[in-house]
This record gives sequence, structure tokens and C-alpha cells, in this order.
Amino acid sequence: MVIAAVTLWFILEKVILIASIIGLSFFIAMYTTLAERKIAGWMQDRHGPNRAGPFGILQPLADGGKLFFKEEITPVTSNRFLFLLGPALAMIVALVTSTVVPWGAPVITATGSIPLQVADVDMGILIVFSVVSVGVYGIMIGGWASNNKFSLLAAIRGASQMVSYELPMSLALIAVLFMTGSLKMSEIVSYQMANGWNIIYQPLGFLIFFICALAECNRTPFDLPEAENELNFGYHQEYSSMKLGFYLFAEYINMFVSSAVMATLFLGGYDIPFVNEANWGLAPWLYSLISFSVMMAKVSFLLFVFIWIRWTIPRFRYDQLMNLGWRKLIPLALFNMVLSAAILLWLKS
Amino acid sequence: MQLTQRAKPVDRSPMTFLESLYLWNIVKGMAITFRHMFLKKATIQYPEEKRPFSPVFRGLHVLNRDAEGRENCTACGLCAVACPAEAITMEAAERLPGEDKLYREEKYAAKYEINMLRCIFCGLCEEACPKDAIYLSQTFAPANYARKGFIYGKQELLIPHPIEQPEAYQKALGDRQPSSRNANQPVA
Repeated sequence: MVIAAVTLWFILEKVILIASIIGLSFFIAMYTTLAERKIAGWMQDRHGPNRAGPFGILQPLADGGKLFFKEEITPVTSNRFLFLLGPALAMIVALVTSTVVPWGAPVITATGSIPLQVADVDMGILIVFSVVSVGVYGIMIGGWASNNKFSLLAAIRGASQMVSYELPMSLALIAVLFMTGSLKMSEIVSYQMANGWNIIYQPLGFLIFFICALAECNRTPFDLPEAENELNFGYHQEYSSMKLGFYLFAEYINMFVSSAVMATLFLGGYDIPFVNEANWGLAPWLYSLISFSVMMAKVSFLLFVFIWIRWTIPRFRYDQLMNLGWRKLIPLALFNMVLSAAILLWLKS
Repeated sequence: MQLTQRAKPVDRSPMTFLESLYLWNIVKGMAITFRHMFLKKATIQYPEEKRPFSPVFRGLHVLNRDAEGRENCTACGLCAVACPAEAITMEAAERLPGEDKLYREEKYAAKYEINMLRCIFCGLCEEACPKDAIYLSQTFAPANYARKGFIYGKQELLIPHPIEQPEAYQKALGDRQPSSRNANQPVA
């Protein structure tokens, strides 16, 4: 019976953790939309939304509420099932990716330690990559099912872009894995806590990874799938109401999760910089809380950089995008990988 | 042939290595946008803040009264003739005995309408008026739900009574006083 009790406790713990991470993802995504509009405003010498609540903090709720009350239109010529599946898939994939990210130091209680991570599987980072690859189906299915030329073009663009940029992304990642020697997210973090952040040793790798993350999230300068001016919002052109909201929201959740993954892989995860926090002798829950806030600070910084880039540089042309991906980033990532391997071999011998 | 002094020749030289990396120029651009986050905002937050009007701003029309509160307009129709947009219509009436506290002269406008959708706010009516009865104020026509709401009658146009409602009168008068060309002339 003891085993059953432990299992029950384990399930409860995970359910609470999953619910809070999904809630957190939604909350952060909501306020990233506001931050996006605010920062866009500031960068263009405007104020940004400031009418809904003080400083516009109710603006995301107003936007969401508006989307719920909009008329829902399904094009007659569309494939109904796939038309519904598209945004659902985009949202599910965006949410699933966050399972393997360690959000903070484990909470140590009398009965044992509770990791602030839904699943600390051995192949953690591979899960992220495989799930992100499925994310392309959200765009493809949505674009194809709309039965619209623009949507289809955008879906094709999006698919080829995501496939092209996953390659240099993984190649940049391999150099990191050479160093950490593990695919497990928690071990990648503990390696960085002991040996310093990966960005110090892999600046080029981080740069390539970051550029590819921009492309994977369909963010400017790589937002070709939803190019407003020539493709008319691309793959979600035919979508309305909350189905459109799902696509837009999934984009922000993707941004949040990819920031979290980058923070984990390159910026030391929940590691507090410049100090050795193990010597402080803090209460475990307090330490977990602080490490979680540090993680969130890193994620917020990366989100800010995402937004900052979007409101600075214009979109790439399609051939420039492919040129950059295949002829610049992949050779660069390969070079980075070979160089890292050579240096590691030289250091170990 | 050079047409202006501002023409700049386009630099078509091939990109240098630093430029072909894009990154340095992107960093420069990001520095510019970051600096702009802290600059003064150009926005005028409308209902709270208002853009100051120029001293020659021509807004909504006001039908003027003299210092005793009598309407200046004699319904001569010169404003309607002057109006290039044909926005003004009026009907004249004769002043009856006992109405001399209401109308300054023996003929007055029984109906005076300006269609604000036609009006181009040129101010020619103000120039044409020999009695200083109409002038353009410093407010503009508020939004309305129907076209009908933009046809302003005497109700909307007439300035408040200077003796009975002195505050509203001063407010409607604004900073710009109508020229006193005819205002103090004795009634003929």
C-alpha cells in the first residue's frame, strides 16, 4: 500500500506542477503580448497601450475577450477537421515543449526532493527538438486546410524555413553536448553551475542557436510565413476568433519556451551568476524560489531581446533567408562543432 | 542634371566583410532603437491633453449677440451667398413689437442652419457678414452617429446670453473676440 500512496503523491505533485507550468506559460505569453506592444511603442516614440487599466495591464485580457466575441468563420472550401486541427496542434506543441525545462532548484522536503521540472528524462533536449519539429505541422495543416493561395504559400515557406533552420540549430547544440556530456537538462544546468555558463565557451554556438530560435519561432527577421504585406498574414489569414488567437498565442508561448531552453542550455539555467549560492545555507524553499526568479529574469531578458530585434530589423527576403541558413549558418555551425571537438580532445589528452 | 541639393549618390560598392556579416549593423540598429525607448514621446494623449490651436484656427460657427444679448443677425443672406460649399440656409422673419430685446434690428433669422458636413471652415461667411453676426470659434464639430446630427440650427450655433449666462458666454467667446467693427454701433 505504501507504493500506491507514493505513486498517488507523485501523480499529485506532477499534476500540480504541470498545471502551474501551463498557467505560467499562458500568463507569460499574455504579458509578452503587452510587452511587445509597449516596447514597440517606446521604440517608435509612442506610449503603447495605456488605456485598459493602469499602464495598460488589462490590455491582454481585453484582447483575449475581444477574440472570444469575434465571429467564427470557417471557409466553405476548407477541410473542416484539419482547419480545426491546425491551431490545436500549434498550441499543444507549444505547451508540450516546456515539460523538460528545469524551472528552479529542486525543493527539498522531509520526504524527499521535488524537482521543479515535469520530466527529467535522459534525452531531455532531444524531446524539445522532436516536439518543436512537430510544430511545423501546425502551420502546414493550418495553411493547407484554409484552401487559400496565400495561406498555402505561407505554409510552404514556413515548413521549408523551419526544416532549414533546425539543422544549424542542432549542429550548434551538438557542440554544447560535447562539453556537458549529457542530454539531460538538469545535468546540463549542474554542469554549468560547476564549470561556468556555456555561453562563455560557446559564444558562436549561442549566436547560431539564437538566430535559429528566431527562425523557429517565426519571429522577425524570419517572419516570412506570416508576412503581412505580401502574404496577407500568411497561414492564419482565413482564421478568425479564438482559432486565430490560438495561433498568435502559440507563437508567444513558443517564444517563452525557446527563451527558457536557451537560458537552460547557454545561460546557466537557474544558476545565480557570480556567487556560489550553495554556501549561503538558505532554507531549501527559499533557495528554490530565488533560483526560479533568476531563471525567470533570464527568460525575460531573452524575451526582451526577441522583441527588441523584431522592432529593429526588417524581414529577410526569401532567398536571403535560405542563403543565410544553408550557406552561412550551417558551415559556421559545422566549423564550431569541429573546433569544439578538437579543443576538447586536446584538453583531455 | 542635378535637381536638388539633397540628392545623394547610391553607394553600390560591394559589401565589406563586416557589412556582409550583418551582425555589426544589426547591433548598431538595435542601439538606435534602444535609445529611442527613453526619448520623449511624441504622442498627445487626446482627452487629457489637447494640441494648442493656432491663433487663426477656424472652428465651429457661432451666431453672435451684442452686449445686451440681442441677436446680431439680420438674415441678409450674404454669408449664404459667400459660402463656397453652400452649407448655409436661412429664413428671415420680421421683428414683432415687444421682441426688441431679442433681436437687434427689425429683421432677423427665424431659421439659420449650417450643414457641418458641407462646411469647409474657410471663414468666408465671417468675412462677408456686415453685422458681425457670425464668426468661427475655436472648437470643432464633435463626432455624431447620424448625418442629421451635423446640421446645426440656431439652437447649437447661437452664443449664450451675455447677461443671463455670462460664464457660458465668455467660454463660447474663447480667446478670440469678434472684431468690434459693428458691435457698438447704434441701432439704425
